[in-house]
Amino acid sequence: MNFFARLYYWLRKAWKAVALYLVIAGPGLVVMVADNDAGGITTYAATGAKYGYHLIWFLLLLIPVAYYVQEMTVRLGAVTKRGHAEAIFDGFGAFWGWFSLLDLMIVDWLTLVTEFVGMTAALAIFGMPPWATVIAVIVLMMVIVLNGRYWTFEKLALLFCALNLVYIPGAFLVHPSMKAVLHDGLIPNFAGGFNGQLFFFLMANIGTTIAPWMLFFQQSAVVDKGMQEKDIPWGRFDTLLGSIITVVVAIFIVVVTGTVLPGVDITSAAQASQQLMGTNRWVGTFLAIGLFDAGLLGAICISLASSWAFGEIFGWAHSLNTKIREAPWFYATYLLMLATAGAIVLIPKAPLVLITLFVQVVAVTLLPAALVFLILLLNDEATMGERRNTLVQNLIGGGIVVSIIILSTLYGITVLFPGYFQ
Amino acid sequence: MNKMHALLTKIREINTRYRTPRIEMSSAVRGSLLVLRLYLIGLVLLMVYGFVLIVTKG
Repeated sequence: MNFFARLYYWLRKAWKAVALYLVIAGPGLVVMVADNDAGGITTYAATGAKYGYHLIWFLLLLIPVAYYVQEMTVRLGAVTKRGHAEAIFDGFGAFWGWFSLLDLMIVDWLTLVTEFVGMTAALAIFGMPPWATVIAVIVLMMVIVLNGRYWTFEKLALLFCALNLVYIPGAFLVHPSMKAVLHDGLIPNFAGGFNGQLFFFLMANIGTTIAPWMLFFQQSAVVDKGMQEKDIPWGRFDTLLGSIITVVVAIFIVVVTGTVLPGVDITSAAQASQQLMGTNRWVGTFLAIGLFDAGLLGAICISLASSWAFGEIFGWAHSLNTKIREAPWFYATYLLMLATAGAIVLIPKAPLVLITLFVQVVAVTLLPAALVFLILLLNDEATMGERRNTLVQNLIGGGIVVSIIILSTLYGITVLFPGYFQ
Repeated sequence: MNKMHALLTKIREINTRYRTPRIEMSSAVRGSLLVLRLYLIGLVLLMVYGFVLIVTKG
């Protein structure tokens, strides 16, 4: 009897914990899975095709990198009840505030164009014309946010996050050798030696793991969701789970292209999907669906990150809990970002490759600034009180931030001066 | 014209509201911001150089 009483007590406690997490879950999961956007999928597909399973261990190292950076936004948002843009304006003054806001707008808009490139290319595989994809995506994305409830938006976003897991059955369909995956993937090694090209791929993978919009999105989402300081432990768990899922999905993409397309130069995920169609129709279809889903999720989060940031600074109503008539500028910014980015993709002979490269270079100007501000704000006792960074958090977070800044800068330079590290 | 005027007024209001940084300007913060400024200036010069090279090479 005593055993059953204990078991009942334990199950009730576990269920309560799960129920509580389901209420808090959202910002961390959404931002992390959205990080596997169209550009990210291309990077992972190219990494797998180029190096097989040999860089899986490196992807696993990105779990703590993503977690420690994003965890800081959870604490900052829950404590200050401010988004990242407002926190920068308030903490560092108008100069750095405007710099961050305008840079964010440029980076977000350029990244949005790349998401539309990915989505149109993915649906073109199924015969859908680009104009129809752009219109359908804009309508769908407006419907997702226009219901006037943050909760509904978040649950719909989580549904798209679940669709991102389509790569997992895709990887099993290509029958990879588990022995090879474990042996080549989990033992740290540099296939073919450490050279310029490998360095470029490592930098590209880090570059896709932390993007500037992620800091702004998660902090604003934490505020819009109404998370309190007491929710921080669950916010941390949400972020950790999200960072694990995002890397697991990345690994499965690497396994797919590493198994089916070894040695093939991948320039886009859509190209990889088309080539996979020739080998295994289902796997190619899964990759294309995943690419569309990744672009859609990325586009929603990126547009929202910008709309939240502008709303915070200009003092407009900027919550997904408001109706369109209560926050017209918030929704207008969201729509404007989407419509203009979508329109660019439809312009014949638009320099889309140049835009894709440019976004990586411009992001390098914003990411270090946003990360430095994040660390400084987390160390400000007046702002954070007892939730400020501890010495250990500073050593880990600071080390990660410095590494990201150095590597993302080198990545930007490599994009700007191809062959520099060859 | 009125909307432009309203926008400029709003920007001036934002600049006034956030004129003084609220964070305590310790030497570590000042040093970090100085390094950030130098980093960004260097990066922008590099970007300009890169684009000049791209344009001149056609």
